[in-house]
Order: sequence, then structure tokens, then C-alpha cells
Amino acid sequence: MLREITLGQYYQTDSVLHRLDPRVKIVGTLVFIASLFIANSPLGYGVAAVFLAVMIKLSHVPFQFIIRGMKAIFMLLIITMLFNLLLTPGEEVFHLWRLSVTKEGIRLALMMGIRLVFLVIGSSLMTLTTTPNNLTDGLEKLMGPLKVLHVPVHEIAMMMAIALRFIPILLEETDKIMKAQIARGARFDTGGIIDKARAMVPLLVPLFISAFRRAGDLAMAMEARCYHGGEGRTKMHPLAYEKRDALAYLLLALYLAVMILSRFVPVGGML
Amino acid sequence: MWDSPYCHLTGIDMSIILDHVNYIYDKDTAFERHALKDVNLQLQDGEFIGLIGHTGSGKSTLVQLLNGLLKPSAGAVYFDGADISDDDFDLKNLRASVGLVFQYPEHQLFETDVFQDVCFGPKNLGLSKKDAELRAFQALKQVGLKEEYFYQSPFDLSGGEKRRVAIAGVLAMQPKVLVLDEPTAGLDPKGREDILNMIAQLHKELHNTIVLVSHSMEDVADYVERIIVMNKGEVLYDAAPQEVFTHVEELEAVHLAVPEVTYIMRDLARAGIKVRTDVTTVEEAVEEILACYGR
Repeated sequence: MLREITLGQYYQTDSVLHRLDPRVKIVGTLVFIASLFIANSPLGYGVAAVFLAVMIKLSHVPFQFIIRGMKAIFMLLIITMLFNLLLTPGEEVFHLWRLSVTKEGIRLALMMGIRLVFLVIGSSLMTLTTTPNNLTDGLEKLMGPLKVLHVPVHEIAMMMAIALRFIPILLEETDKIMKAQIARGARFDTGGIIDKARAMVPLLVPLFISAFRRAGDLAMAMEARCYHGGEGRTKMHPLAYEKRDALAYLLLALYLAVMILSRFVPVGGML
Repeated sequence: MWDSPYCHLTGIDMSIILDHVNYIYDKDTAFERHALKDVNLQLQDGEFIGLIGHTGSGKSTLVQLLNGLLKPSAGAVYFDGADISDDDFDLKNLRASVGLVFQYPEHQLFETDVFQDVCFGPKNLGLSKKDAELRAFQALKQVGLKEEYFYQSPFDLSGGEKRRVAIAGVLAMQPKVLVLDEPTAGLDPKGREDILNMIAQLHKELHNTIVLVSHSMEDVADYVERIIVMNKGEVLYDAAPQEVFTHVEELEAVHLAVPEVTYIMRDLARAGIKVRTDVTTVEEAVEEILACYGR
């Protein structure tokens, strides 16, 4: 039922992207997200789309699998686009009741929609190709310099690792509780918004209780194994850059350069 | 086993038929898993059935098909002659008729007090407050919960009591078929026996169909009339306990053990004492050994 949510899930297969150093993928994702906000023309978004398509191809993750993750943000996407479409002042194209749809509104809505979709696909591509362990190792390493400023880097990384690890567990738990309540005649899909909200109680209460129980169990298990923070902790597989990582950074820099340049290329058309 | 899926037309009284059922999780992805392979079963009214299998044998998937939480990937599940995959199939009626108690059912408790929680199911059936409460009261009595607990928070109860409340929550819907997925998981031996005795008592009183899912032969052997053994998504055996337990080697090959007494009787027979080896309960074994010595 909830299996279609792929956000934060790892997809086990072998590809260039899977083998890349997690640091490259984190930086790459950040660069990609930044580039989406740099782009201001169809050309820019076109370049980003091509880049994303190539990455998806390289990842060996089936496209349908990535798309399934989009369902989770569908409502958010619709609402964002609708607000932008209806509430942007400017040159009016036509109006609905008291709201007017403007040229600027259409432009903004399209841009926001594309940004949001690309952003989610881009970041889920990172989690799909990187194990949570690798991801947090990478993050910890990347943020390493901040330790000088007394930023609790290890703790942040550990919290993130746990959070990521718990997404599938809690989803599975939600699925189980949902099924159990459906078996008791609960309906989650009918009625108005108030009915739906009320129907969430039999789901959310057990879910919260289970989350707290799991958190307690985990803390106990960590303590039993003498976990005492990051001080003096060593890694079984320390991260080390390889040639392909250098190449990936180079490609990223190139991509970023192209995206910045695309701002200065005059393009006609509506956007 | 039967000639056609339309045997309901012949007037034979039966509630659930699984006809060449297959179930595949996450089809067409790297996670694809064939959980059920060509399962053919027929559950008759009033039967007390044990569904046994090692972890991952497909038994949990199977029980979810029984009340329409999952639909078969191929094949069909018929409930009282109607295909549950049909668009116009009445799923609400199916879920009222087939009560499913999940593993660790106490994890689904959510209300402020025990009584309210048990009322949840019957209320969802559209019953009036009065009828729902009457059913809840009956169900709580049936599971043997002390009245002093009725108005306490379910979260303050012990593990075994919580489980009783959760079972009562399904029982209060008065299903014709009651399916319990590992109802004894995580309980101590005393709690296990209590729950199993309670279920057997329910069957005696209500004459409903009960499917008891377990990975332990020992648990079910004393109670059920029929055992279905699952292995890797397929039905390995489907027969009376005495019959199933004659396949000691085959069962051990799929990591299932027969009850201890069956082993003892087998060893006795090997030692030259003329006892029957298809004995599954301690009581039977005692009788058989005494009979052998002519007492």
C-alpha cells in the first residue's frame, strides 16, 4: 500500500553511480539543486533535464521506480503550482471567478513545478544509489572541518543515519497498522476532509507509540554495545577518493559552468 | 480436490476457495518476490485449521488474501462463490465476515480505554452505539479479560492482556472466519497456553472457522483438525495432524519439527515396542502406551 514511496530508499544494483564516493554524490546533488535555481530559461532547464536523464540512465534504477516516488509529492506539487498560477500579479491572460491567471503566473507555476520535480528526482537518485551508511559517512567527512567550530558533526551524522534507516521501518509499520485497522473495518479513503483526519487517529496513535518504543530499544542496544559518541571511533571501510571520483567532480564543475552560462544566453519565447 | 470453482452452485457449504493463487511482491523491480506459487485450498465452514510454515513461507501473505487486504497476482480467491478481485465485490462484507488478527495485534491499540478500543470494529460495521457496546462486552468476556480492566488505558495492561484486548477487537465484529497470525508470538509459555486454550474454547462455543497461523507444530497440534504446511510459497501438506506428522523427515527438511511426543513414539516403535506412531498429543500417547501394555 505504502510501498510506492521511494523517498529515502536504497535501490540495490550495480552502476557507476552506486560505486561513486558518497561525497561526490552529496556535492553533486547540492550542485544540481543549486543549478535549478540558477536556471532562468528553457535552455537552462533543458540542460538540467538532459543532465538528470543521463544520471538516471547511469544509475540503472528503473525509471518507473523513480517515478513511483513522485506520488508522495503530487499534492504538494499541485498546490504549489496552483498558488503560483492564481496569485501572481501581472499581465492577465484570463480570469476565473475573482482570481486572475497571468502570464507571469503561468511562467512561475511552470518553473516551480519543474524545479520541484527535478529537485525530488535528483535527491531521490542520491538516496537510491547510496546506502544510508555510506551517505552518513560521506556527510560526516564533508562536514568534518566544522568540528573546529564545535559543531557536533558526528552526532548530526548519526541522527541522520538513524532517521534514514527508520524511514522504511516506519513505513512498513504504517502499512501494517493500516492493514490491521482496515481489517477492523476502518476506512482511510472515504469521507470528507474531517472524516479523513479523524480516520488518521487509529493509525497515528499506534505509530507514535511504536516509534517511541523503537527509539527506546535502539538507545538501549547502542548503550549495550558501549556507544559513546564519535570520539576515537574508526571505520571499517574508510572513504577514499578514486580516479572516477575526480572525473565526476570535473563533470560536475563543467555542468555548473554551463548552467551559469545559460543565464546569459538570450532566448526568445514566453519564458 | 474439487471440479470447478463453481461448486458453490452445487450447494456444498463452503466459505473460502483459493484457486491457483499466485502472489508476487514488487513485480518488475529488483525487490520482486514470488510469495505464493499456485496455491489451491478450500476452507470449509466450521473447520479449525493450523497454517504452518517457516519464516518467509508465505503464510502471512496467504492470510491477507483471505480477507481481501491483498488481491492475487494470478488465480482467484472466492468467498462464498464470489471472486474477491471483481470490481463489484463487496469488500466491506468480506472484512466483516473474515476477521484477521495480525501478528502483535496489541500494536494496533489506540483508544483511551479498553472498552472503546474493542468498540472500534463493530462501530465501523455501522452498528448502533448500543449494539457495538454489547458486542464489545461479549468479546471481552470471551477472551477472558477481567472486568476491572475494561475502563483502563490499554497501554497500562501487560503483554498478554493487551493481546486479549486486540483479539477481542476483531472478535467483536463477530466474523464467520477468524484468522489469527501467530497469536502467541512473544508470549511466555503460560501466556501461550492461555491464548491457545482461549481460541480452542472460542471454536467450541461459536463453531466458527478458525485459521491459526504458526511456525510451531507443537502449538497447533493439540487443537486443530487440519494442518496446512507451507514451504517457499507452496502448499506442502494439507491433511489431518496425524497424517502430516508421519512425514517427519520431510518436515525437518523445511525446518519444521513435529511435536516431541511424536518423536518419542517413533523412537519407541523403533525400539520394538508396538505403538502407533501417528500420535500427536501427550494424552493420546499415554493411552497408546498403556494400551500396548494391556492396561
